[in-house]
Amino acid sequence: MNWINNVVRPKIRSLLTTRREPPDDFWKKCPGCGQMSDRRTLEESQLVFPCCGHHDRMSADQRLKHIFDGASYTRIPVPAVPVDPLKFRDGRRYTDRLKDSKASTGLDDAVLLADGRLGGQAVTVAAQDFRFMGGSLGMAAGEAIITGMLHAVAKGHPFILFAASGGARMQEGILSLMQMPRTTIAVQKLREARLPYIVVLTDPTTGGVTASYAMLGDIQIAEPGALICFAGPRVIQQTIREQLPEGFQRAEYLFAHGMIDMVVHRHKLTETLARIVGILMAGRAKIATAAKSSDPLKHVNGHANGSPVDPKLLGTSARDAETIEVEPVPDEDRFVTQSKKGAGAKPPTKGAPNTP
Amino acid sequence: MATYLDFEKPIAELESRVAELRALTQDDESTGLSEEISKLQGRAAQLLAETYGGLNPWQKTTVARHPDRPHCLDYIDQLIERFTPLAGDRYFAEDAAIMGGIGTFRGRPVVVIGHEKGHDTETRIKHNFGMARPEGYRKAVRLMDMADRFAMPVVTLVDTAGAYPGVGAEERGQAEAIARSTDRCLSLGVPMVAVVIGEGGSGGAIAIASANRILMLEHAVYTVASPEAAASILWRDSTRAIDAATSMKITAQDLYELGVIDEIVAEPVGGAHRDKEGAVRRAGDAIAKALAAFDKMSPDEVRKQRHERFLNIGRSL
Repeated sequence: MNWINNVVRPKIRSLLTTRREPPDDFWKKCPGCGQMSDRRTLEESQLVFPCCGHHDRMSADQRLKHIFDGASYTRIPVPAVPVDPLKFRDGRRYTDRLKDSKASTGLDDAVLLADGRLGGQAVTVAAQDFRFMGGSLGMAAGEAIITGMLHAVAKGHPFILFAASGGARMQEGILSLMQMPRTTIAVQKLREARLPYIVVLTDPTTGGVTASYAMLGDIQIAEPGALICFAGPRVIQQTIREQLPEGFQRAEYLFAHGMIDMVVHRHKLTETLARIVGILMAGRAKIATAAKSSDPLKHVNGHANGSPVDPKLLGTSARDAETIEVEPVPDEDRFVTQSKKGAGAKPPTKGAPNTP
Repeated sequence: MATYLDFEKPIAELESRVAELRALTQDDESTGLSEEISKLQGRAAQLLAETYGGLNPWQKTTVARHPDRPHCLDYIDQLIERFTPLAGDRYFAEDAAIMGGIGTFRGRPVVVIGHEKGHDTETRIKHNFGMARPEGYRKAVRLMDMADRFAMPVVTLVDTAGAYPGVGAEERGQAEAIARSTDRCLSLGVPMVAVVIGEGGSGGAIAIASANRILMLEHAVYTVASPEAAASILWRDSTRAIDAATSMKITAQDLYELGVIDEIVAEPVGGAHRDKEGAVRRAGDAIAKALAAFDKMSPDEVRKQRHERFLNIGRSL
């Protein structure tokens, strides 16, 4: 009897109760239309709500799982950076906030890096996680982006970034701001190596992240409904004290204003990225084989110190035997000026000195 | 009339007593007062030096924003010969929040770019209080392109609370414009020297401050976000700007320690606004010295130095 009371009954009760009351986070309310969806359906649809197609925010882990072929990838380690160099407190210690974020997300900081295959092609991917202190750009995140891009250069991989960030990490002050030029240098390295840099802007991408590496992609993609901006709507409203336009700073709004190439549904994202990478890498392979001798990857930097025209090209056409030498023609032969016409002067002979 | 900051009250009192006594001695030539005057003047000068020797970050923020502080155009007037202002981004508009042009600096042809805040109501509106829109940054890119083409060093004068947060600015790609401008700074094959002359505010500043050498005036501040904005982000309360300024490390002295800037340019006693000409001259000397260091470098070396400079920030703290 004791055994029935102590073990069997509670077990039956617990089975019944769990069936009747699903766990607290089983249902999720759609932020778009308010309808409820269950977690399992959401997971299966890559966190896109079936009701209205609202794209829910994705963690960096989930991103990596969904983007690579067969959900298989290798994480790239990120070098350690100094922790809390400013000894910052904003009511709480910054180091405590970091500890909390690490515990709740299982991440070291806001950016994950991985190598894997996308549509059969080797790619390097960086995914920002908004859950880690708002995906903010601090020294660790900056170092991760740089490491990822330089890794792609070393491996000859295209680089795909999933951006999600509230902007600079205030707790790291100016050192956070310095990640803007630092990451931009890494973007230049990708460009010099002629490797595709594709940015997927997800909800939300704002502030210093948008104003640096996240807007410098060769191709800019956004997820539907994503907030993408420099200054957030709250700041703008405080400044101008006016009603903001409908859909302001959303992906579709940016698309309409020519700021991004496309808005792509999450279910079409992998296919789109694979296609883009395939086309660009095919183009790149062609250049590399066509002109191996002249080192085509040398003058890549779009604005490498002056003229984009290869001086050698100009030199060759001038040296060609068949080149026609252009005779100098005085201005009088080329333009009949008004005054001369009026004076009825005879047209000056070719090569005649220009006498008044 | 001089503008006194809150913490300058004791100095203001002493100086006004001196002025009163001076007025008295003009009427009456008796010599008893002149000794008193010089004593008071000495005390005022001492107090000024002491006060400015120990400004806290928030006080420095107010000095950096002082309306009488020399602004971009004051520097250009005094330092750049044959200055020829250039305008427009060639896409949409002219943005006078960022001024730029060509000229010669101590005999050397240069491109100058800087934020201008304006000095009275009319000019402040014209220059939008030094808060640039995308067009300002796109103009900067255009001028940097030209600098590269004609092998002219770039000198930038940084003084902005931040890029302008407005509907139009966002629609026309404020973030992208800032990113491209930073990008262009970093790809320049000519040397670039940036001077933070007042407020270096956020992305709006870094867009023209990603230079080979970054100089900062003694009482200037350089921040990831203005103290007000940071307070509103951290505590959703912009009135806690003083707390934000105190904890963020924004002074020239702090940033030198962190390896973010290369040199602090000393200001005249009592701040740049008490001796504009002196402050600008000192900045000019520092710019000349900074540029000279790159005289024998090739474009690739100049670019490499800039890249390494930024990549090394924070790696040895």
